[in-house]
Amino acid sequence: MSEFLAMGGYGAFVWPCFALAAVVLAWNVRSARRQLALAREQALRRAAAPDRA
Amino acid sequence: MNWIWFHKLASPPHAYGIAGRLAPWFGWPAGMLILAGLYGGLVLAPADYQQGDAFRIVYVHAPSAWLSMLVYATMAVAAAVGLVWRIKLAHAVAAAAAPIGATFTALALATGAIWGKPMWGTWWVWDARLTSELILLFLYAGVIALRASIDDRDRADRASAVLAIVGVVNLPIIHYSVYWWNTLHQPATLTKLGKPSMAGDMLWPLLAMLLGFTLYFGAVLLVRLRAEILRRERDAAWLRAELA
Repeated sequence: MSEFLAMGGYGAFVWPCFALAAVVLAWNVRSARRQLALAREQALRRAAAPDRA
Repeated sequence: MNWIWFHKLASPPHAYGIAGRLAPWFGWPAGMLILAGLYGGLVLAPADYQQGDAFRIVYVHAPSAWLSMLVYATMAVAAAVGLVWRIKLAHAVAAAAAPIGATFTALALATGAIWGKPMWGTWWVWDARLTSELILLFLYAGVIALRASIDDRDRADRASAVLAIVGVVNLPIIHYSVYWWNTLHQPATLTKLGKPSMAGDMLWPLLAMLLGFTLYFGAVLLVRLRAEILRRERDAAWLRAELA
């Protein structure tokens, strides 16, 4: 296991790359879902009170 | 020719519904391909005879660099369709694509820099490949900022579409930069013509990651597109019915 983590001495370069990729992949999913939930909420509020929104 | 299907597809309520139904069909295979690619790339593939285990960075670097260009092309084509045929849905696609592309361009640059340090001895060089990819990031930022700075939606659509289309010039420059100029960057591992310069057990995880990232982009784009449609159609009658 520690050999796997060491990545032949390149662990300090390999793992940050995969960690960054995980962050970007997770952020995009989260952000897209959040945008959709927000837009839906706003649309609902507007539908409930078309004059005020 | 019968164009009814096209107009139907481009109508916001239709697109909203179809995008919602399609997104999981992109998302789940994407997740499985990426997991398989990770296992194949990190565990099964042997170390490279020149680069050792550092070469494994290719499994996130190449797919993110690929997406940085694919997303830009998608955005520019959508922008052109919106501009020429005045299809609002196309502008919505372009608006939805921009932030996705920007994050993957940043990821390609960051993983490239981290890979460059042990292989080239430097995080960054101002050579053609790296500089043109950095310009791509600025183009994304420009498109996003331009859209955000104009209140009127139609004008924002048109202005950012023009910038996105002009920026397409950069795509072939990025692609051919490693052939046109001397560079530290290695040439493409995969080309349409000719054999891939990689052994099979190194290659399939890369292909899985490339396809996985591509499908992932499809899924995220569809979800963002739905949000974009909701924002643009907030006063439409169909939306009231849809949300009720």
